[in-house]
Amino acid sequence: MNKTFLILEREYLSRVKKKSFIVMTFLGPLLMAAMMIVPVVLATMQDVGKKKVAVLDQTGWFAGKFESGENLEFTFVSGELAEEKKHVLDGIFDALLFIPMPEFNVPANAELFSTKQASMTLKSLARNVIKTEVENRKLMSAGIDPQLIRESKTNVNILTIRLDEDGSESKSYTEIQVAIGIFSSILIYFFIFLFGAQVMRGVIEEKTSRIIEVIVSSVKPFQLMMGKITGIALVGLTQFLLWVVLTGIIYLVFGAVFGADTLSQPSGIQQTLMQQGIAVDQNASRQMINQVTEVIGSINFGTIIPTFIFYFLGGYLLYAALFAAIGSAVDNEADTQQFMLPVSAPLILGIILSNFVVNNPDGPVAFWLSLIPLTSPIIMMVRIPFGVPIHELILSMTLLVAGFLFTTWLAAKIYRTGILMYGKKVSWKELWKWMRHTS
Amino acid sequence: MIALEASDVVKRYANHLALNKVSISVPQQSIFGLLGPNGAGKTSLIRIINQITAPDEGFVKLNGQLLAPEHSSMIGYLPEERGLYKKMKVGEQAMYLAQLKGVDKTTAKKRLDEWFEKFEISSWWNRKVEELSKGMQQKIQFIVTIIHEPSFLIFDEPFSGFDPVNVSLLKAEILRLRDNGATILFSTHNMESVEELCDHIALINASEKILDGTVEEIKRSYRSHTFDMVLSDLTQNARSILPEGFDLISSSSNRFGETSIRIKSPVAADANHLISAIMPYAGIVSFQEVLPSMNDIFIEKVRLEKPDQHTVIQ
Repeated sequence: MNKTFLILEREYLSRVKKKSFIVMTFLGPLLMAAMMIVPVVLATMQDVGKKKVAVLDQTGWFAGKFESGENLEFTFVSGELAEEKKHVLDGIFDALLFIPMPEFNVPANAELFSTKQASMTLKSLARNVIKTEVENRKLMSAGIDPQLIRESKTNVNILTIRLDEDGSESKSYTEIQVAIGIFSSILIYFFIFLFGAQVMRGVIEEKTSRIIEVIVSSVKPFQLMMGKITGIALVGLTQFLLWVVLTGIIYLVFGAVFGADTLSQPSGIQQTLMQQGIAVDQNASRQMINQVTEVIGSINFGTIIPTFIFYFLGGYLLYAALFAAIGSAVDNEADTQQFMLPVSAPLILGIILSNFVVNNPDGPVAFWLSLIPLTSPIIMMVRIPFGVPIHELILSMTLLVAGFLFTTWLAAKIYRTGILMYGKKVSWKELWKWMRHTS
Repeated sequence: MIALEASDVVKRYANHLALNKVSISVPQQSIFGLLGPNGAGKTSLIRIINQITAPDEGFVKLNGQLLAPEHSSMIGYLPEERGLYKKMKVGEQAMYLAQLKGVDKTTAKKRLDEWFEKFEISSWWNRKVEELSKGMQQKIQFIVTIIHEPSFLIFDEPFSGFDPVNVSLLKAEILRLRDNGATILFSTHNMESVEELCDHIALINASEKILDGTVEEIKRSYRSHTFDMVLSDLTQNARSILPEGFDLISSSSNRFGETSIRIKSPVAADANHLISAIMPYAGIVSFQEVLPSMNDIFIEKVRLEKPDQHTVIQ
């Protein structure tokens, strides 16, 4: 037991101390945080400084419709187009918005000239203003009060509410559950492959460097295999937990620096539009913020995180043993192909079918695939956010434990023969012989 | 006192028989040479002694006890195919391997420091194994083999990959280990080092033991009754002065007027009789019985057995 721990310690420390591990550990959360934060930052950061925009309005419809705001200052000009363009080139204005007379009531082309690429904010602002005005005029010319149209617009919001067995109700957000289910199953898929492959590479390394002979004269092959598998499992867990913690820290730090509001704003562009005084339903925006908090509250992290860790570990242990067996049977990584495909097929099948399971999380396919240990780590994680009956969960977990005990037992038989076998191309038939051979 | 006893050990692999009722007994504090051509079964026997595999029949006893897992800390094993973790630092790796053999951390550090100093490699402690030359790696491998101060040592081709300076360093170390009480099982193809180091040998060929005994005994039992003489003032034909039953194998003269001859008798011969027969005709400068080298015996025995199949297990 003590020796297994020594092996575990070496496997763990030698990997955790690697540069690639440290880089990945810090880069992962940074990338995750960047994905959430960068769009917000970019949106708030653009248009620093006031931009002067000249409006050459040939229609005369827009006088007073463009209101100067914090970032944009509109000036109506009436010169020739060529002359005004020159002003932009000379730097008197940052941009020129040219609205020609629409022909035959067909819409409404406008041109925006600027020396640099025109900003998204300005472009969408201009479009909105022109669109609203032209639409209003069309409606009025048809004798319809635009106000009537505006009032008739209805936002339909369907709340999905789950009735729990004890009669209590809880709001559910299907889209969020789909996202969480798919995300955690993909994460498990990658973790199994990533760390399973590390087990395999570790075994091949010991075999090709021939240190295996020294080690198995000190410890039993089974101890070596288990030490390696559990050591690498801890590396995976460490990486995962560090990611969770670091992402949280980055998020909090960022929130503190940029103000808590910024992060809960739906999007930067909308926010700027609001600053520009464009009618955005304040009420709707507040509702959205409430909804976000509610959605986050509705995610059952208390169930999802422990089951994620369980299925990650269970799935990893099941496959890592098989990967160890493959590593022991070959002389170099190039030879692993013929064994890798059949072993990883269930995982790949699982990830493909997870899209199907999401649409029908309680159907027979979902049920059976979440019980079979080879696919359950992936499929069950898709189902968990939708709620899984407790007896099904227990059955699936029990089967997974039985599954990895079985694969470990099987792998150990191949492993102890394989690690001492050199220079031989091993076939499936040969592996079968090793499994049956007792020594 | 017998340190290691293997008795009627049989090992079968899926396709062939690796060891067929092989028995050896290694006396305490001796160097025992395990000889045999490639694929004869040496590695299989060594793996059984190391408890890497188990025998199908027969048993192995260490110090009178049947082999058990706790014996692994009493055995040191230097395999023929050597290897260390390439990416790991030398010191860290030596500490790890020592601890796997059951040496506690403090003791391991203390002993390693001593050995590193002795081999003048202390500066390598923090270097990665892959940065070292092959010979350097071998030194480290040797140290980790003996770091737990095992009473029974197995060296499989220990000198391969070493330069002559290090070979003699290693030989001295092996002899010193024996003199300090260790028993050594020494597997090699290098017959010179067998004659130099080994007290006993066993020859394995095609899964069976075909010869064993002390080096001296074996050489004597393989004597071919061949004698080398250097004669002076030989006036007659060398062949004509030989007593009945002796054949002249070769004869040559040097510029001092001396003649070297090699004589062989098909049956056991009396050296005194030979000398007294020659004495009247020539002066005898030197006389020596030629014993076969271990190399000759090895080749003769193995060729005689003519293995009908060669299956290589490495």
